[in-house]
Amino acid sequence: MFPFRIPIRDWISDGVDYLVSEYAAVFDAFSALVYFLVDNFKDGMMALHPLILIVIIAGITWRMAGWRVAIFAVLGLLLSENIGLWQAFVETLALVLTAELLVMVVGLPLGVLAARKDGFHSFIRPILDFMQTMPAFVYLIPAVMFFGLGLVPGVVATFVFALPPLIRLTNLGIRQVPRELVEAADAFGATGSQKLFKVQIPVAMPTIMAGVNQSIMLGLSMVVIAAMIGAGGLGEDVLRGIQRLQVGQGFEAGLVVVIMAIILDRITAGLTEKKPAN
Amino acid sequence: MSDIITVNNLYKIFGDKPQKAIEALNKGRSKDQILRELKQIVGVQDINFSVREGEIFVLMGLSGSGKSTLQRLVNRLHEPTSGEIIIKGTDIVKLNQKELREFRRNNFCGMVFQNFAILPHRTVLGNVEFGLELQGVDKEKRQEKARKIIKLVGLDGNEDNYPSQLSGGMQQRVGLARGLAVDADILLMDEAFSALDPLIRRQMQDELLELQSRMKKTILFVTHDLDEAFRLGDRIAIMKDGRIVQIGTAEEIISRPADDYVKTFVEDMDRSAVLTAGTIMLPVKEQAFTGDGPRTILRKIRRFGLSGILLTDSKRHLKGYIKAKELAEYVEKNRKKENLEMDKSLIHEAASVERDMPLNEVINVYQEADFGPIAVIDDQQRLAGVIVRGAIIAALSEGYEIEPKNGEPVQISRDDEKLANEEKSANEEKSGDEKKSRDENKPE
Repeated sequence: MFPFRIPIRDWISDGVDYLVSEYAAVFDAFSALVYFLVDNFKDGMMALHPLILIVIIAGITWRMAGWRVAIFAVLGLLLSENIGLWQAFVETLALVLTAELLVMVVGLPLGVLAARKDGFHSFIRPILDFMQTMPAFVYLIPAVMFFGLGLVPGVVATFVFALPPLIRLTNLGIRQVPRELVEAADAFGATGSQKLFKVQIPVAMPTIMAGVNQSIMLGLSMVVIAAMIGAGGLGEDVLRGIQRLQVGQGFEAGLVVVIMAIILDRITAGLTEKKPAN
Repeated sequence: MSDIITVNNLYKIFGDKPQKAIEALNKGRSKDQILRELKQIVGVQDINFSVREGEIFVLMGLSGSGKSTLQRLVNRLHEPTSGEIIIKGTDIVKLNQKELREFRRNNFCGMVFQNFAILPHRTVLGNVEFGLELQGVDKEKRQEKARKIIKLVGLDGNEDNYPSQLSGGMQQRVGLARGLAVDADILLMDEAFSALDPLIRRQMQDELLELQSRMKKTILFVTHDLDEAFRLGDRIAIMKDGRIVQIGTAEEIISRPADDYVKTFVEDMDRSAVLTAGTIMLPVKEQAFTGDGPRTILRKIRRFGLSGILLTDSKRHLKGYIKAKELAEYVEKNRKKENLEMDKSLIHEAASVERDMPLNEVINVYQEADFGPIAVIDDQQRLAGVIVRGAIIAALSEGYEIEPKNGEPVQISRDDEKLANEEKSANEEKSGDEKKSRDENKPE
């Protein structure tokens, strides 16, 4: 129809090439940070005897979600150990935790900023829409271009995918703080940061925690996909099952992903619903 | 009492062309016209009032009358469009943000809101110490103060409970305590009791008055409830369309409404609860002193054709009531005696009420009294005036205005006069007075 073609692909490729060559040091430093975090999480958890780690996770689950979920966690984790997926489980957990840590470090301030500045909010909203509707696989490509294959692009793709819900819900939570509460603080002569840290964030906490929950769940789903670019963990076992048509093996790995998802979901949902005392 | 808040020519326009809206207002356009033609919302217009130190000043009006807007202008939660807000000599409109924060900390006890607006994540103690915490008072000191105030509002034992564990009334006590904990003079209350059920509301009003008598804060209280306004307010400003239509005490407003709007407003009001003995009393025309002899007293009685007379000592302290008929018989019986002394049995105990007793209680006293007018005494136990039945009836019927301050006679329509006279004669029969045609203690 047109005598020309808009060269989006060339722009993106050229842009990425430029960034990779000019800012190599930045990417290297970021890679190092991600490796550092993932390795520490993983090594820390692997250093413990599986039973001890199971007890710790069950303990947290018990506290946040009650004894029923705790029993489920113990059984599920023992099963994972039993079918030989313990190491994959720990690797995946380390990836998710690393990605979530980065998401919180970046997402919370951006969410707060969006809540306080309408201008920034209308700027970031279409970007978040874009990030959430873009198919998850597409993130793998730029991640690979910037960081090559392996663990780091896996974390980066997960980070990008899991970031939007936290920004959105942090923004929403703070905006939903009753106007009178903010007025009350103002009437006492509160400064901006006093308002933020003593009123807005604490009152918005349940909603912010719902954002953390959402982003962890999205992160977990992305970590499995990231196995396609060599991120390792449970996704690798799922992928192998697909490639070799080993239904049983793929199912086992999938089952462990589900177990992890349920445990993580209940723990963070517990944070959301947890009311002071009572 | 000096003025602590003075507001001059205050306007608040919500919209992007505030100056145009003010010009239009000055040209006599109404709030509705400005909304339609200029798309500007008039919050408040042409506001002038002062609040005296230590009083409860009530802003009363229906929703949309601008009362909450006006309150939020006073601590500049809303930015005024034009005008002055002078608090303790400082025009707060001129302060920058930092100065304003500082000023609020030092002069305002925060706000108390309809929906309490207490922090759900903090305990009662944590909420009450909030204002002090913002001021940077150290923990030990502020918690000590907070505990004291918690006790004062009757919440002791709940220090470590969370708001969700408390009833509405208790939550509002937390809101009130949070304000009172701060060492400042001005407390703003925005429909503070409107969300509570009627019984609790009443109780909270009483407690507020009780606390106020001890704490002596200056309270700017917003409400849409006329009963509440009249119960709490030392003075009340009635608002309509962003304007103050009348400022005055409850009695002034109910007895002399400024316009038809206020009049319809106060029509449903239980006048007997607002008007007091002092409002409807009449000056004493003649009284007997303890030093007067029986003949002198009888002369005084006859001069005004009274059925009896109130007796006071030289300092106007009320000593009793003397019935004309009994006195006349006594004087007749002893007509040959020189230097006739007053016989103690002639002096009856006079029915009396205090000046600020509400009319509905005065009526009870009147019902119980067998004879004579009711004496009104001031806070030093001195005779200040008298109440006759006609005055009570006139005050309770809405159509008639009362001019209490200058002691003008009560206006009574013909029907009421008849009624008053009938009741009076019934009264006279009871006390056995034969001079029926004569007016009792009632001035002509």
